Amino acid sequence: MNANRRKFLKNALTVGVASSLPLSAFKLLNPDEVRASIGDDNVRWAFLVDIQKCVGCGFCVKACKLENEIPYDAPITRTWVERYVVTKDGKSHIDTPMGGRDGYTSARIHDQDIPPEEITKAFFVPKLCNQCQNPACVQVCPVGATYQTNDGVVLIDRSWCIGCGYCIMACPYGVRFFHPVTKTAEKCTFCYHRINQGLQSACVQACPFGARQLGNLKDHDDPVTKTIMTQRVSILKDEYGTKPQVYYIGLDERVR
Amino acid sequence: MVHGLEWTIKDGFVYPNEFIYWSIQIVMYPYMTGLVAGAFVLSSLYHVFGQKDLQGIARFSLVFSLALLPTAMMPLLLHLQQPLRGLNVMFTPHFTSAIAAFGIVFSTYAMIVLSEIWFVYRKYFVEQSIAMKGQPGFANNFMHILYSILTLGATNMDDAALVIDKKGVKILAGIGIPVACFLHGYAGFIFGSVKANALWMSPLMPVIFIMSAVVSGIALCMLTYIIIMEFKKFKATLARGRGDETVKELGGVEMDVISKTSRYLIGFLVAAISLELLDLIFRGYTAMKSWDILRDVMFHEDFVKIFILQYGLGNLLPFLLLMLPKPSIKRMVVALLLVLFGVFMMRWNVVIGGQAFSLSFEGFMHYHLPIIPHNLETYKEGLFGALTVVTTPFVIFWLINKIIPSLQKV
Ligand code: SF4
Ligand code: SF4
Repeated sequence: MNANRRKFLKNALTVGVASSLPLSAFKLLNPDEVRASIGDDNVRWAFLVDIQKCVGCGFCVKACKLENEIPYDAPITRTWVERYVVTKDGKSHIDTPMGGRDGYTSARIHDQDIPPEEITKAFFVPKLCNQCQNPACVQVCPVGATYQTNDGVVLIDRSWCIGCGYCIMACPYGVRFFHPVTKTAEKCTFCYHRINQGLQSACVQACPFGARQLGNLKDHDDPVTKTIMTQRVSILKDEYGTKPQVYYIGLDERVR
Repeated sequence: MVHGLEWTIKDGFVYPNEFIYWSIQIVMYPYMTGLVAGAFVLSSLYHVFGQKDLQGIARFSLVFSLALLPTAMMPLLLHLQQPLRGLNVMFTPHFTSAIAAFGIVFSTYAMIVLSEIWFVYRKYFVEQSIAMKGQPGFANNFMHILYSILTLGATNMDDAALVIDKKGVKILAGIGIPVACFLHGYAGFIFGSVKANALWMSPLMPVIFIMSAVVSGIALCMLTYIIIMEFKKFKATLARGRGDETVKELGGVEMDVISKTSRYLIGFLVAAISLELLDLIFRGYTAMKSWDILRDVMFHEDFVKIFILQYGLGNLLPFLLLMLPKPSIKRMVVALLLVLFGVFMMRWNVVIGGQAFSLSFEGFMHYHLPIIPHNLETYKEGLFGALTVVTTPFVIFWLINKIIPSLQKV
């Protein structure tokens, strides 16, 4: 090894140690910010749900439960499908038994039989975490266990969550819950572990009708992005200023 | 077991993941915090504003607020799903979160209370450490060491030093008032800033919380004071007979302090109720989209809890009892118990009531407090968990009193 090289290595080492010291202190104080450096800056994941295509089969809910290890028979779920039935008297009847996991085969809603001739319209609405651009859940987490990645997905650090439930209270969409096994806050991640590898989310893959799609908003050739840019799409609960990134085609005014 | 499933009953259309996640311990949390803040404000009335006749109750409430302090954190810990990680809040505070900032405010406040107590009792510590010196017996030896440590090495007893002590108390009590209010205002902010919750979302929330905190703190101090004085009277009567002068004198002092303090209580009570009613009227008047469901909860689902138990039994009735001429100790005790109950119901109606309606605005959730615990969760978030929290400050107070006699003139 010549002297020059040794000097270079020595310098590199000094610089490395010197800069990593404050950096590691930073890490200790702000795990969320350091972790948020996960994710590709050239990607912004967004979801597109076409309500006109959803038939309420519940395949997506099943697939999600299995993929993400959410206890199958527990009444909590990362994604669910709601059924809306509007009758001639103008009332909406809404339900989602077991999150719609087993599909909708009976006409009974909340122990009430709805005669078909009374129905004026009916449809299904899949729901999931909106991976908000301005997520209320990240804002309130006292330890930074809930954080947002560069590609816009909101994740939860299971090893750091203290289980206070503040994020569950803060999410206007009610998508969060406590995982019965890990006892930490839990929610949909768009199957972050899959989409990172170039795979589809479990629910998108499971939907036989293409009602669910996932795309990259920063890629203008992405078919999902094209649809969002050119079609009339809507979002849920705009009034909270969370800027949700799940877009709906054919959303009805009654959907909440 | 899914968290919340055990005590939540759903009715109508409720999102699948919605449960009553913030249960009794989160009711206890602002309640206990409020008691701490209120007790401190009461003690400061004497130290800062020189309300001479409140001296006795002021010393007592200062020490009592110290005893209450740890129990303000207790419900939070009991409520966490991962209690062992509770300290993470201190390691990695995330400052956009109201809970994280609360930890800082809370510690600051604890420091203020501790230092104020030290200034008040420094003279006593020094005297004790001198008196115990060289006394035989292990206990005396231990107490000598303990008091010597408590003096923190400041054993100067000349007039100048004592004047400094007095000054320190006054300054700390002065700083303490805003910090105590801030502490509890922050507890209100934790709720008031949750925009997703139609009932909580109100800038008035912190102020409403502060007012009712002071109300509950004063009421609890008065009540405990009465109980202790009655006990003293009882002991004196046993020793010397009913007609004895000292017994009469004790009774006189007690009535004096109580009727004076109750004037402050009434003032804060009026302020608290006005603010709450203002909030309610404002919501009805502006009638935002959420008003439909809020009205359903207030005037239908929770009517008894809000209007009968909280406003009627907890506010109006004690207000009348306190205002009636010729106060008696018995009537005071009833009024104070009702005031404490009213503030508790207010916390309950805010915390549980805020979760009573679904975010879909189409359904309700009913909370059934677990009574008989059959696992850790139903203990922690059930009746007995709450009772544990309520009794702890009295145990701590009893322990502290072994070292700092807050009930005697020193
Ligand atoms: S939908 Fe709720 S949980 Fe998902 S990012 Fe938005 S606020 Fe957070
Ligand atoms: S439950 Fe966990 S993720 Fe949610 S706010 Fe509390 S610590 Fe953060």
